[in-house]
Order: sequence, then C-alpha cells, then structure tokens
Amino acid sequence: MTVDARSFAAPDPIPAWRAVVELLRPKLLGALGRSAKGRTIGTRIPVLAGSAFLAFLFLFIVGTKLLNALREVPEVGPLLASKLLGLALLLFLGILLLSNLIAALSSFFLSKDLGLIHEAPVDWLGVYGARLIETLGASSWMVLLMLTPVVAVYHAVYDGDLIFFGLAIISLIPYLLIPAALGSAITLVLVRVFPARRTRDILAFVSVIAGALLVVGLRVLRPERLVNPEGFRNLVDFLAVLRGPSSPWLPSEWMAQTLVGYLDGAFDPFWLWLLWSTAAASVATGAVLHRQLYPQCYTRAQEGAESGQRGERLWDAFGVMLRPLGLVRRELVLKDARIFFRDATQWSQLLVLGVLLFVYVYNIRVLPIQTSETLSRFLVSMVVFLNLALAGFILAAVAARFVFPAYSLEGRTLWLLRSSPLNPDTFVWSKYWSGAIPILVLALALTVLTNWILGVTPAIMALSVVSIVTLTLALVAQALAWGVTLPKFETANAAQIPTSVGGMLFMLTSLVSLAAVIGGQFWAMRGYVWSGLPWRETRDPSGTELLLAFGITLTITALFGFFPYQVAKRRVAEGAR
Amino acid sequence: MIRLEGLTKTYGSFTAVDAIDLDIPKGGLFGLLGPNGAGKTSSLRMIAGIMRPDGGRVLIDGFDVVDDPYRAKARMGYIPDRPFVYEKLTGRELLRFCAALYGQEGPEIEERIVELLHLWDLDRWGDELVETYSHGMRQKLIISSALVHRPRALVIDEPMVGLDPKAARLLKDLLIAFAESGGTALISTHTLEFAEALCDRLAVINEGKIVAYGTMDELRGSAESKDKGLEEIFLKLTGGETQAELMRVLAG
Repeated sequence: MTVDARSFAAPDPIPAWRAVVELLRPKLLGALGRSAKGRTIGTRIPVLAGSAFLAFLFLFIVGTKLLNALREVPEVGPLLASKLLGLALLLFLGILLLSNLIAALSSFFLSKDLGLIHEAPVDWLGVYGARLIETLGASSWMVLLMLTPVVAVYHAVYDGDLIFFGLAIISLIPYLLIPAALGSAITLVLVRVFPARRTRDILAFVSVIAGALLVVGLRVLRPERLVNPEGFRNLVDFLAVLRGPSSPWLPSEWMAQTLVGYLDGAFDPFWLWLLWSTAAASVATGAVLHRQLYPQCYTRAQEGAESGQRGERLWDAFGVMLRPLGLVRRELVLKDARIFFRDATQWSQLLVLGVLLFVYVYNIRVLPIQTSETLSRFLVSMVVFLNLALAGFILAAVAARFVFPAYSLEGRTLWLLRSSPLNPDTFVWSKYWSGAIPILVLALALTVLTNWILGVTPAIMALSVVSIVTLTLALVAQALAWGVTLPKFETANAAQIPTSVGGMLFMLTSLVSLAAVIGGQFWAMRGYVWSGLPWRETRDPSGTELLLAFGITLTITALFGFFPYQVAKRRVAEGAR
Repeated sequence: MIRLEGLTKTYGSFTAVDAIDLDIPKGGLFGLLGPNGAGKTSSLRMIAGIMRPDGGRVLIDGFDVVDDPYRAKARMGYIPDRPFVYEKLTGRELLRFCAALYGQEGPEIEERIVELLHLWDLDRWGDELVETYSHGMRQKLIISSALVHRPRALVIDEPMVGLDPKAARLLKDLLIAFAESGGTALISTHTLEFAEALCDRLAVINEGKIVAYGTMDELRGSAESKDKGLEEIFLKLTGGETQAELMRVLAG
C-alpha cells in the first residue's frame, strides 16, 4: 500500500488579515446559529429587543430632561453638561478596562478552540487580531448599548446634525479599542506571573472590589445634597474645577472634548488625532507584547491552579455542625459550600451583597422622614411597606443570582448524582436550604436593622420579620423551581445563568408574589396606616388587623412557596428525557 | 444480574436504541461493541439510571431502575466516557461524597479511599483539587468513585480513554479480579483487543439493534468468519470501510 506524499503537501500560510477573518467566522456563524434556533427567536430576541428599546426610551427621556435642566443653570450649566459627558465616558472607560481584562483571559487563554488554532499554521498576528476583536466585542457591547442613549441625548439637546453621529462613531472606535488592547496586554502580563485560573480569580475579585468601592463611594458622597443650596457654598472653587479638563490623559476626556467641542461650534481635530494615534500605539504595543510573551504565557495557562488546600479544620468543624442533617444531606450541603467558597467568581459576590446591605441601610438612615413631626408616623408606616417591597426585590435578585443557577451548575456532573441511589427529594431539599439559610440571614439583617432605625412598634417589627422570612422561603422555592424547569447547563459562568429566559420568568413571578403580599398586608392594615395622618387620631394596630395581616402573608407565601417546591421536586425526579 | 427488556430510546424521529433485549448473568465481564452512534452510550446511560428509557425496562439484580431506583442503583457503579466531576473538590472529598451518596461513611470508607488512591498512584494528589488533575488522573478518580461503595455490578463506558499503559493494565487486572469475586461488569469499548482479551461474552450493537451476541466462538459463527479476530468480525457485522475506500480518502 503506497500513498502519494505530494497530496499531503502543506499549503502556504494564509496572510494575517485573512487569518483574522477565518478565525472570526466560526464565532459569527455560531452566534448566528444560536439566534436562528426557533426557541431563541420565539422568546429571547423579542424580549431582549423590547427590553433594550424600553431602556433606551427611558434613558433618553430622563437624560434629555436632566441635560436640559443642567444647561439652564446660570453660569455653570454648559460646563456641567460637558463635564457630565466626560464623567459618563470615564465611568464607561473603567468598566471597559475591567471587562476587557476578563474577556481577554477567556479569548486568549481559556477558550476551548485555542488548541486547534495553535496547531494550525496560522500567522501570530492573525491570532492576535482575531482574539483582540473577539475580546473587544465581548466586553464592549454592553457599554455600546449604554452609550447610544447618551449620544442621542446630547444630539437632541444640542440640536446636533448628522455629522455629529459620524463623529461619535469615528471617536467611539478608538475609545473602545484602547481599553481592549491595554486590557489584553495587562492580562498577558498577569498570566506571565500567575497561572490563568488564578488570574481569573484575581480579576473577578478586583472587578467586584472596584464595583463595590464605586457604589459605596457614590452613595457616601450623597449626590442628593447637590439640589440643596448649601451644597454650592464654595462656588468659586466649584467653577474652577469645572473649567479645567478633569482627566486630560484619558481617552474618555478626548472623546468628550471631540463631541462637546463640535456641539459648541469649537471642534478641535487634535482630540480625535490623539484618540486614533493612542489606539494605534496601544494595538501595536499589544501586538509586540503578544509576539514576545504569548507562547510562554499560553503554555503557562495550561498549568493547573495553585495546589494545596487550606482551612481543612474549618470544613471539618462545619461538617460536625451539619451532623444532625444525616449523611447524604450533610455531604450535599458540604459539597455545595466547598465549591462556592473555593470559587472566587462565586464567593466574591458576597462582597456585592455586603455593599448592597450597607447602601440600603445607609439610605434608610439618611431618609428625611423625621423632619416633619406631624407626618412622621404616617411616613414611617409607608416606609415600612416600601422597605418590605425593596428588601423583597433585593432578596429576589439575590435568589436569582445564587439559587436559580444551582441546578444548572451541576450540569455535566449530574451523571454522578443520577447514577447513584440519591433520592431526588433529598437533592432538592439540600439545594433549597443551602440557598435559603444565607438569604434568610441577609433578609433578617435588612429588615431588623432598617425597622430598628425607623423605630417601629414591636407588633410591626414582628409582622415585618414574619413577612420577610416567609417571603424569602417562597422566593427561594420559586428560584429553584424555575432553575430546575429551565436549566442552562451549557453555561459554566454562574453569573450569566440568571440572564436566561428562566431567570426573567423567575423575576416576574417573584414580583407578583411580592406585590400580592404587600398589597394584602396594606389592605389589612389600611386603617392603622391612615391613622398616622396628622388630622386623624393616632392609634396602635388592632389585634384583628394584625391577625388578618399575618394570615394573608402566611397564606400567600405558603402558596407561592409550596407549589414551586413541589414543581422542583417533580422536575428533578423526572430526570433527563 | 443486568437484564434489558425491549429497551428503547428515541431522540425526536431518530431511534438511538431499538427494543434491545439482553441478559447478562452474575459474575463475568460482558463487552458491548459498536461503531460511533450505534446506541452504546445511550444504552449505558439508561442502564445507569441517568436517562429514562422511552420503552422497555432495565433490571439490576431483579430491581427495575425506573420503578425501584434506590435498590437498583445501590448495587451498581457507573463509569462514564467523559470524566466530568466537581472541579473544586479534592480527590479525597469527591470519593467521600460518592460514598455518602450510597449511604456509606466512617473509618471503613476512609480506609477504602486510601486504598483506592494508593492503587492508582494518586496518594499525593488526594488532597489536591480535581481541577489540577490530568485527564488520565480524573479517569482513575472516576473509576475509584464507582468502586468506593463496593458495587456488585459495574457499567463502564470506554474504560481505557486517557489511561497510561500501567493504569490500563491495572484496570484489566482489577476487572478480572472483580469478576472472579462474583462481580458483573458491562463494558462498552472501541478497544477491540481489550474486549477480546477480557470479556467472556460480547454483544455487537449497530443502528440501535443487537446484531450479534455470544462468546468469541459464537460471534465468529454468526459472522461466518472462522479463525478471524474480533476486528474482522466487528467490521463484517457493522459494515466497516473497505481498504480501497480508505486508500481513496488518504490519497485525496
């Protein structure tokens, strides 16, 4: 048997530009293929398009009103409007840099098709170009969506022309490209120092910390004081700060200067030139670094995570605490806890929760409800209901993030559970309580702290606590039921799972149950609430009112908790078909 | 020990497993052979209770996997072809978790875990996270997880994937010892030498149906391939590529 060796002769490597096109083609086809699936078109695309349009409309209307109001402020108005665009672009630049760091890690080092690409005779520049565009696309689409209404608002308020839109696009390309090239280069250097999985953990942690600090910083600054005339005491300093460029070394300022300059009739091409030359320099530097470091870094990325486990004694102690649950339940809960606390992308979300709790309690503390003595009793009652609604919404969001993905995350390891004699009810039980206990702690902390700050009566405190506890139990059951009914096994990233159709449906049903509980309670307690008005006789809630409120709460939450829990049990028992 | 009665699985209009009947007696190694897409993995997943059949039933030691899953599954260990396990658990924790799923814990299980880790040269990896393991090490860990609760029957999908020669030899010896001690193993494999050397009885599955069943001699008879090896019999029964076709593909 002889085979003609000439038939296997390798062709010449394809040029870099074509390599970029060829490498991006499967990604594009994959994305189009996903969209072409009937189920996707039937539900997700219209839902997302509708939500995006509504969000755009909302932002456009609010933004236009705000910008118009700002421009009308004498002396500082135009300066503030220009500064606002710079600040928005600066904020987006920060988001872009962080998301590019994470996206680059995935596209340059962790993507499953990299092995196939590296064994093919593809030019290094082609690989760099294709992966850079992929990184840019993955990390910039969200910012692009948020920037569109911002640009539209400035266009509308300043009566801009079509050239303004062209200028916006021309300045947007380097504005997005610079953080993509820099983010990819920083990730490359990070992987040179740490293994890829460790780098992913570090980046997840850094992103969460950065986001948390931003939220806390913004809240503690108390921007609502700006509407108070006392906030403008030092007007001269304020104007001085406004007149100078806030961050002259950053592309966000260059883009702001390009756009606002054009709208003010003082367009300076220098800023545009600065944007494009910096983008070119960033990409060139990134390409050089890629050529020099990438082969070693990719090899290093194949290494495992840092070895050695710590905190064994803590886990042992936790295991002892869980002994009353029995062997199987204990091991299921222990397994979930271990996986959660060993995955930085998961446990770092607890920091977000901490920030959420802080900001929420802080907001309640600075509420100006005690300023009017006559109205305070009525306002406190209203805030108690509002508090329950907001706390319930926060808990629903937390359940969407932590409980809804619980079943999907088992994904490819479900074979282990399904092939064992594990009772599906036990599995559902462990998933339910693993999610419910931590959320209950958060729920109680939120409710007790805020009600204590508001100075409510013991009866109202008891009603709030019972409501939030039963509501939490119902929300967790709903999250679990939707997570089991519409799982998303193909997504390994827990943070992406709640954005699915199932996640949206869960948020919808959770809002319905929340509205039912609060509406029912308000109806039961309406006599007491109105008694807080200044022209009425103040009184404590009657026994009948409280009994009715408790009864309604328990009935509604039992219905919204019991049935979803049964659905979850049935769906798990049915297994894969 | 493992009995399939009219076992059927369909995916839409495609019938992956078409009313299979099979009786695997207690003690011994049974091989399930077939080309890609023949229905081997679907059959094994139904036997293991991971997937529900659309028709027929699976009995393990007399217990129906669908109607009485706890008693059926408690007697069985399953080794899948792709080793996906919890990445953030250590090897030891994973084995402890698997034993717990079968209601087992305590010093005896701890001893068993040490024994299994040692058997596969995983002693020093026992306290490392599974995410740091190589493909072969994961495969060894999964084999250990199927053995930790001392099952009476093993259902194995492609046991040799990712194993080094030493581990492959060890697995063969282990399966022989398992069968000698009264255990039953149903092994789906593409490694024909492995099946020929190890299995007492074989079944060939093609397009969802059992096309041949019996000992090596009985298979030779049904394929009318006297004195031929398992490879020739397999190709004949499943309509494998001819040499001429292969040449044409290679020559471009």
